[in-house]
Amino acid sequence: MEPSQQQEQQTHTLGDDSSEPLPQSDDHGRERFRIVTENVTVLFDGKAAIRNVSIAIRTNKVTAIIGPSGCGKSTFLRALNRLHDIQPNARVEGRILLDGEDITTLDATLVRRRIGMVFQKPNPFPAMSIFDNVVAGLRFNGIRKRSLLEEIAEEALRRAALWDEVKDRLRAPATSLSGGQQQRLCIARALAIEPEVLLMDEPTSALDPIATAKIEELIYELKRTYTIVIVTHNMQQAARVSDWTAFMYLGELIEFDKTRKIFTNPSKRQTEEYITGRFG
Amino acid sequence: MIERRLQPSPWVEYRRRIVNALGHGVVALATVVVLFPLIAVIWYTLREGIPGLTWDFFTQLPKPVGEVGGGMANAIVGSGIVVGLASLVAIPLGILAGIFISEYASARLAAAIRFVTEVMLGLPSILLGIFAYAVVVKPIGHFSAYAGAAALAIVMLPIVIKTTEEILRLVPRHIREAGLALGIPQWVVVLRIILRAASRGIVTGILLAVARAAGETAPLLFTALNNRFWHTTLDQPIATLPVQIFTYAVAPYEDWHRQAWAGALVLIGLVLVLSIVLRLVVSRTHFEHEQ
Repeated sequence: MEPSQQQEQQTHTLGDDSSEPLPQSDDHGRERFRIVTENVTVLFDGKAAIRNVSIAIRTNKVTAIIGPSGCGKSTFLRALNRLHDIQPNARVEGRILLDGEDITTLDATLVRRRIGMVFQKPNPFPAMSIFDNVVAGLRFNGIRKRSLLEEIAEEALRRAALWDEVKDRLRAPATSLSGGQQQRLCIARALAIEPEVLLMDEPTSALDPIATAKIEELIYELKRTYTIVIVTHNMQQAARVSDWTAFMYLGELIEFDKTRKIFTNPSKRQTEEYITGRFG
Repeated sequence: MIERRLQPSPWVEYRRRIVNALGHGVVALATVVVLFPLIAVIWYTLREGIPGLTWDFFTQLPKPVGEVGGGMANAIVGSGIVVGLASLVAIPLGILAGIFISEYASARLAAAIRFVTEVMLGLPSILLGIFAYAVVVKPIGHFSAYAGAAALAIVMLPIVIKTTEEILRLVPRHIREAGLALGIPQWVVVLRIILRAASRGIVTGILLAVARAAGETAPLLFTALNNRFWHTTLDQPIATLPVQIFTYAVAPYEDWHRQAWAGALVLIGLVLVLSIVLRLVVSRTHFEHEQ
């Protein structure tokens, strides 16, 4: 897909070091940017929660979004897979390009199949087994072939590093798993529909340190295949898992750069103050 | 040193314990008072009803006035048919309406429908009987099982709507979002995920409605009437347990009183059996639903 001219201008004003026009694909000919947002504004009841967020999310990289509570991190993330659609009082403005296509003009359910999401609290479907949870996205979209479902379920559970723990009890209720396992189940469920992008909204904030470490390892593994955007409250986590970091404050994108740069030599005063713990 | 203004005094402590014990006593007493009528009704029905539970009671038609014996076979079957027909209409309609209010209606419309449902819940059932009489019996020209079922369906509808809607609203929003985020269309999320998560609660609402309908007498007096014989079509008056119990209970015969008690016991028993079976079915389908 050919990214538009406008997209090109938009992206190279963002934190990349080079002042040269950005190459649109990497050495392997893949799209360099999976998602590009242009002036995304989200309004609730006419009041802007985030304003003019423009960001370019790189393919097969982990992009972290940090910032104090209420700065609009989750609001931005939810805009990326059209979850605001279900709230009648929410309005999204601006363009969100997925592989060069504006997702606001596409069918929301189709967008969500390409951009998966993992939520803050593990939310397996109640009254369903582990297996039924993993294949829910496939089965309820019309895939009925048992052998195919089983194959994909195993693959997704392996990718989510949960297979060994649950392979003998796939029929057990999903709610019988521990919190950390439930979250990995939710990741497997999101991976089963084979999305291009995985959005994670504070995926470890409800988990203990051991489960958190597992999820972080997993994120590291997953970025080979997927493009990941993670919202986190935990700055160490952002520093550990991400390649790029966006800092948001009061609904605006303050700074977006390589994670190392953000955490060692941020160019904005607000970023530095937040990173060093002077506010937020 | 900090001067403590809250001085612990033995008297305050003593008084606190007395008040606590008193509070406990009042709450326990209230529970007993509330439970007493329930237990008394069941115990009394068992005591009076068991002697009447003979083989004949379940298999025979009522005997003509003056003859001893006979049973309520036609009324037991009749109740099943009328309540069954009413359920066939009221349960799907009620669940769909509940889904609409909880998942699709705007806040304002939902509030309006909720209000109407609550008003319907408060209507005396005899009024619903008269309504069904005017709308179904009068135009057709005679009493029928259909008319009885229509009246009972109106009794059941608001109960099913209200419980479905309330239970669906208890399913957390993040479950809906999880479904939508998998690219599942909203109607599939509602039917396959939300409804399933809420199935226990919805079954409770259905049972409540069925139990209420099974015990209704007044609406049937105007619609299904009664029948001392087997009905041959649903277009005729039909015997039902509550109406038969009512007829027998106000009659001056010892034997009929005994049968009325037995009928009441059977009514309670049927509702109980139904609720146990439904609950078993639901808890089973929860996890073994996919082959």
